[in-house]
Amino acid sequence: MSAPGALSWYEAGARQRIAVLLDQSSFAEILGPAERRMSPHLPLFGLPRAFDDGIVVGRGRLDGRPVLVAAQEGRFMGGAFGEVHGAKLVGLLRLGLTERPAALLILFDTGGVRLQEANAGETAIAEAMRAIADLRAAGVPVIGLVGGRAGAYGGGGLVAGTCSGLAVSEAGRISVSGPEVIETNRGAEEFDARDRALVWRTMGGKHRYLIGGADAFAEDTPESFRKAALGLIDAAAPFDLATLEAEQARLERRLDRFGETLDGRDVWARLGVNDPEGIPAATDDAFRASAEGCRESARDAR
Amino acid sequence: MTLAEIFSSLFPEGHSVTVEDGLVGGHGPLGAKRLHVVGLDGNTALGVDGAIRLAAKVLAVIREAPGAPILVAVDSDSQRMSRRDELLGLNEYLAHLAKALLLADRLGHPTVGLLYGHSAAGAFIATALATRVLAALPGAHPSVMDLPSVARVTKLPLDTLREMAKSTPVFAPGLDNMVATGAVHAVLDPAAPLGPQIEALIAALPEGDIRDRLGAERGGRPVAQAIAARIAGG
Amino acid sequence: MDRLSFRHATRRPHPGTRAEAIAGVVASGNLEILLERVLAPDLCTVEIETPVTGYGDVWEAVVADFVARAQPGGLRISINDGGARPDTVSLRLLQGARLMEEAP
Repeated sequence: MSAPGALSWYEAGARQRIAVLLDQSSFAEILGPAERRMSPHLPLFGLPRAFDDGIVVGRGRLDGRPVLVAAQEGRFMGGAFGEVHGAKLVGLLRLGLTERPAALLILFDTGGVRLQEANAGETAIAEAMRAIADLRAAGVPVIGLVGGRAGAYGGGGLVAGTCSGLAVSEAGRISVSGPEVIETNRGAEEFDARDRALVWRTMGGKHRYLIGGADAFAEDTPESFRKAALGLIDAAAPFDLATLEAEQARLERRLDRFGETLDGRDVWARLGVNDPEGIPAATDDAFRASAEGCRESARDAR
Repeated sequence: MTLAEIFSSLFPEGHSVTVEDGLVGGHGPLGAKRLHVVGLDGNTALGVDGAIRLAAKVLAVIREAPGAPILVAVDSDSQRMSRRDELLGLNEYLAHLAKALLLADRLGHPTVGLLYGHSAAGAFIATALATRVLAALPGAHPSVMDLPSVARVTKLPLDTLREMAKSTPVFAPGLDNMVATGAVHAVLDPAAPLGPQIEALIAALPEGDIRDRLGAERGGRPVAQAIAARIAGG
Repeated sequence: MDRLSFRHATRRPHPGTRAEAIAGVVASGNLEILLERVLAPDLCTVEIETPVTGYGDVWEAVVADFVARAQPGGLRISINDGGARPDTVSLRLLQGARLMEEAP
């Protein structure tokens, strides 16, 4: 493997991401592939299974601090939540309650619920959100990292919205309904899913960072996500009434400020970003500089 | 049952619950207590505007009526599917509503879901599925996706899926399947007064999240509980 | 869904001490390979689960070729196939065998 900094987070697989994110050789997987806890349902659909059902969970260290980590594999079934996949995340979150690590990290890479196991996937998402609330209330930050090819869509977007803090890269997308789903249900006039530029400025990482939908903007490297995660652990807000009232005010304010806009560029112009037209093409550094001072922050309000 | 029928059974002495833009809010007497109601009526899709208003109602209950029970009554569409909703960050609004309900639960408010019509996907997760115990009335029809859409995505013939749905509750729409996976704890009797049935649910609130245990017992999720328990045990 | 299973005698134990490795991913045209050092050193087994039916002969040939070249004695190899071409299968098998020679 090449030097950690050279690896693309977007291109990497779940195991690779964990290996380069955490302290070297610190990761110990729980219920690994040799346990063969595979989907009991996919064969009914004539579909191949994966030994880990598309999610890797375990313990490790981040800058010396003990963490629990879950990483979704976006290349297997779009990283979607099936019964086993969901149960592994839920189990890890519950383990967090007894182990009280410095943080629990979720490396999102998911299209949402796996349709072949839809009821199990949907219920697991609800269980995961409840477990995140419990863990945050116990003082353990739950940090989400979004920079994979499948993004954080569907129920994955809701799980992400439950985390204490989120880091996103330009290529990361966070959304509930995906472009294809909107187009299928509402037509191409509502959302042209083939218009990739539209996809990025509606649900992409830069837009999410600008409106406060994510708390840190990472480059597409493990080193950058690692730095972002460490910062978010220290900045995590408690799960209490004050935080949710601040989030209520923050989200109401967003509707007041941008509720009438229909395009990311208009949102960015209202935010006061210099050269909103140039945002999609801006380098990570130039983008961060433009965002500084005008982006909406979700600090203590997520 | 319609929402009006539900409330006449639940609150025979009257109530203050209203429906505005498909959003349900208000309260009525339940035994010696006051039951607060939030929810969605009339197959309403849940978008950013509705979610933030419902969350405001939940946070107001937390502030003003410590410990009071909250009923989340749901007959909804899925999340509202639009460019505007996603542009504004629908995932945050839906998660915020779910978090408000989860916080209420943590702060001692019994939270009970009541599914009396349709619900699906993000709207379902943000409302009924964020309660401690979820009850349904016969005729409720939750789904993640309808079978014709599942057929499109999986490229399997609809007839094959219909046949599979009979023996495999894990993917098929419908109340029975959501009961089998453990997402719905109990189905209520519409012929009996609802007040005592809701009171009984509150009196017997499960400790923590037992949905995976129910899914194992009922066969709708054969492996989830064992796997979660294995990992949670380290 | 086809389930195939092959069993080969090998001349030597596979080098290295690593107990387990996984290579590849189950995706269209790809596959994942799990290798476990759990068998007698003169034995190698390969189990395959694939949604593409009717290619038992091709699998048999690819596996036999790999065993002859790598002599992976002691390895239990399990494959989840997503519809990979034979050259991809060979590549992943050799990649997996190499991983088992690396430090654990």
